[in-house]
Amino acid sequence: MTPGQWIEIGRMDELGRLDTPLHRRDARAKAVTTILFIAFVMSFPRHEVSALMPFFLYPLAILSLGRIPPGYLLRKILIAAPFAVVIGMFNPFLDREPAAAIGGLVITGGWLSFASILVRFVLTVSAALVLIACTGMNRLCAGLERMGLPRVFAVQLLFLYRYLFVVAAEGSRMRRSMQIRAAGPSAIPLRVYGSAVGHLLLRSMSRADRVYRAMVSRGFDGEIRVLHESRLRWADAAFVIGWTVFFAAARTWNLADLLGRLFMGGLS
Amino acid sequence: MSHHIVEVRDLCHAYPDGTEALKGVSFRITHGQAVALVGANGAGKSTLLLHLNGCLKPTRGEVRIGDAPLTPETTAAARRAVGMVFQDPDDQLFMPTVAEDVAFGPLNAGLPQAEVQQRVTAALERVGMSHLKDRAPYKLSAGEKRAVSIATVLAMSPDILVMDEPSSNLDPRGRRRLIEMLHSFEHTRIIATHDLELVVEVCPQVIVMDGGKVMAEGPTAELLDNEQLMLAHGLERPHILRHMHPH
Repeated sequence: MTPGQWIEIGRMDELGRLDTPLHRRDARAKAVTTILFIAFVMSFPRHEVSALMPFFLYPLAILSLGRIPPGYLLRKILIAAPFAVVIGMFNPFLDREPAAAIGGLVITGGWLSFASILVRFVLTVSAALVLIACTGMNRLCAGLERMGLPRVFAVQLLFLYRYLFVVAAEGSRMRRSMQIRAAGPSAIPLRVYGSAVGHLLLRSMSRADRVYRAMVSRGFDGEIRVLHESRLRWADAAFVIGWTVFFAAARTWNLADLLGRLFMGGLS
Repeated sequence: MSHHIVEVRDLCHAYPDGTEALKGVSFRITHGQAVALVGANGAGKSTLLLHLNGCLKPTRGEVRIGDAPLTPETTAAARRAVGMVFQDPDDQLFMPTVAEDVAFGPLNAGLPQAEVQQRVTAALERVGMSHLKDRAPYKLSAGEKRAVSIATVLAMSPDILVMDEPSSNLDPRGRRRLIEMLHSFEHTRIIATHDLELVVEVCPQVIVMDGGKVMAEGPTAELLDNEQLMLAHGLERPHILRHMHPH
């Protein structure tokens, strides 16, 4: 699999172009909801796992309303997963205090906080990804700018995204030409990869230069402008308020616990 | 005053690594002319083109667009007047859809939405690509990409069209369409290319460059027919002229 296929160039843009009621919501409403979501998820104490579970409702709802293929999203989350694993992987060794017990199995605080980090990672990353997938990066950056994000940051974000495609395309071309001249699939030695990465940087930079030139030639002056600028409607406000109420409820009460008790109570 | 005039006076450019790409280039192209810029690889054609809308700054000499010198103050106006079609359409097309890409220039010019829409429709119609307006640019064929990248520039209604290798990577049919399109434009056209047959068909005037200098300038039929001149600068006498030549 080439890096290009792995990053699936353009797929995010295609998704962002779909026309669903969710796509029609203003980018600002979706951005605010996502930020609130992340803030709520991050505000839990570090050993919390079960109370986080109801928060999966949000990305899952956006996923189905925005017609985002789950497999695609999952692959994107996996790409970022090593970072979260590295951040949390020493917790089980550092914190050996028993914190909970399931049956005869004692779980230390370290394992709980490690699990909590992973759950939060999946929640926040998927929330950010579904936001981009149901909005489109251009509209999102334009929306963020209209919300008051300094233009420098909005443009940086847009370019970061745009050049990701550039680097991926250069990378897959280089890989192909290396494979053509290599004796076998594993015949490319590590040190060649080293110089290849440096080469990739230089090639991407000169390509980025050309792309930027083409943009400047068409009058790009640092301001992001989009066709069909949307206005905030009541549905956008309802979207933000509805989800915020749900987040606040899930933060105040452990909904998973309540639900569990309800079932257990009903059974006994 | 006309914006359709391009004049270059004693233009020199050295890249930061010391390579002297242009060593004193001068020419004047007037209203509605179609001029080809020919020369071997590394003759300085692309470097010259990048000066015409201020993408590169000369180390010496000046560029004048429509009687005004190109300075940091006039660059924005020059970029509206000079529409630049780059060699690789992939560098030029970067928006999620064709229509948004064509709208990029007009939106940057601060035009109202209705006017932008109108220009997008007109520009895509002009290059015969209206049916592609909601497609993703990176999924188009090379010929379609080329046509769309020309549309992105036409939508800004430039006075001068500058093109770098417009016929590269095109199949014969795409190339034929391009030639017809180039014929139909009334803009002042500056076309850098190795496609000498295209030059014979589209550009009555030609500038021959080599080693960062202008070697010859004049009527296409005369210069390209000069076998000695062509061979001396890494070019060749186009076949089409052999057939056209009166025996």
